[in-house]
Amino acid sequence: MRGATTARTMLAPVALGVVAIALWQLLVVAFEVKPFLVPSPSDIAGAFTESFSHIVDAAKVTGLNALIGLVMGALTGIIVAIFANALRVMSQMLAPLVAALAVIPIVALAPVFYAMFGAAAHTGRQIIAAIAVFVPMYLNTLNGLRQVEPVHRDLMRSYAATAEQANRLLLLPGAVPYVLNGLKIGSSLAVISALIAEYFGGPANGLGKAITSAAAGSNYTGAWAYVLGAVLLGALFYGVTAGIEAWALRRRGGS
Amino acid sequence: MSATRAAVTISGVDKVFRTRKGGEVHALSDVSLEVAAGEFVSLIGPSGCGKSTLMRLVADLDGVTGGEISVFGKSVEQARKDQDYGIAFQQAGLLPWRTVRANIELPLEIHGVEARARKERSDELLALIGLEDFADHHPDQLSGGMKQRVAIARSMAERPRLLLMDEPFGALDEMTREHMQNELVALCQETGAAVIFVTHSIPEAVFLSDRVVVMSPRPGRITDIIDLSFSSRDEELREDAAFYEGVTAVRSALHGGVADGPRGVENR
Repeated sequence: MRGATTARTMLAPVALGVVAIALWQLLVVAFEVKPFLVPSPSDIAGAFTESFSHIVDAAKVTGLNALIGLVMGALTGIIVAIFANALRVMSQMLAPLVAALAVIPIVALAPVFYAMFGAAAHTGRQIIAAIAVFVPMYLNTLNGLRQVEPVHRDLMRSYAATAEQANRLLLLPGAVPYVLNGLKIGSSLAVISALIAEYFGGPANGLGKAITSAAAGSNYTGAWAYVLGAVLLGALFYGVTAGIEAWALRRRGGS
Repeated sequence: MSATRAAVTISGVDKVFRTRKGGEVHALSDVSLEVAAGEFVSLIGPSGCGKSTLMRLVADLDGVTGGEISVFGKSVEQARKDQDYGIAFQQAGLLPWRTVRANIELPLEIHGVEARARKERSDELLALIGLEDFADHHPDQLSGGMKQRVAIARSMAERPRLLLMDEPFGALDEMTREHMQNELVALCQETGAAVIFVTHSIPEAVFLSDRVVVMSPRPGRITDIIDLSFSSRDEELREDAAFYEGVTAVRSALHGGVADGPRGVENR
């Protein structure tokens, strides 16, 4: 029963994808669409396999930036949320700042960071990814920390538990589902931010830069092949964090 | 009863809650009560009579507006910090990510008891509540009655001389409830702890208690205290005439009439 449901939820999107790609191929061939408009899926696949090793190398560079940004942003978001939950004043002070971070397109800061850290460093990209990850991480964690049941709060008080104990034994474990959800959202943001930040300069060995230079060199099919690489990188990040979430929730014992 | 031997002394306690709109709710008015060491006292009354509030004041989960409460001769705050009481609520309040054993050990862990001693104690308690086979289960794998048993075991983890229980069986079906009452009687006889037990149920209060404190609402106050002195508390008591007399006495006290039980009734 469960297996059948899983198969159906897997199968439906796959079927849709196959149909969409077939339709795409058909339209491009039938109407002889020029590659600079839209190349056919088979051409993209060809370019992808041809420059596979280069795409993997570029994905490693962008992926590492995204990963470092994800870890930095996640840790900062969790730690700041713990303090903001303990001190109401702090969460009130931070609220406008977080709102600002959420609406500013962080990648717009990329040129500033390249000026700050030098055009040869990846630091700016990592910081941009970290800031992008920080927002959902902070908001989700704070929300999770505030989900404490009154009975548990009473219990901790009756045990005369310290703030550190209450955080470690009650608040943080209770916030785990929220933290992991934040991490899942943050993982895609980290990849997108690290990738787009490359458009604005810096070292030229990442996926984002590869997309822009291929397009600039009229190698449209190649650009699409790198875009495909970026899609796969994003899917990898999302898949891994979603997997961690599912595993952790199952391990908690149902609920 | 001298003051030093009393488990809990409540004298002239008032509690006023301020609502957000600036109103006041008089939850308790001039409540005085003394609970002796090892005594089982039930608080009974309709919703809003302040029985849970009174228990929370003893537990130092809320503060009094007026009057004084001492627990084993200490302030409630000191008693809470010294872990002089164990507490159980209507909701079991187990931590869902911890196993049954880890839930029972929670207070011990917080107070720095080392792992081996924790395990010894949780082994004892698991045997006491008959859940040895469920030590490594998570709460969502347990029935309501089992969860409540774990919560009660947790409240006893540090061998407190005082147990505070706020309708711990309130959410259970009648069968489970009677079973749990029998277990609680056995546990209390073993540990010799004093108990303040908040309940809605007249038979439950009568079955368990040495004294039943009857309260009335608006403002919450003690209207009557019924003494019950059963020689033993077992299944036979539930069918005993003395038990029904106790039930009648508590019921008439609750309904504001003159308690007409033939014995063991004090009017204050």
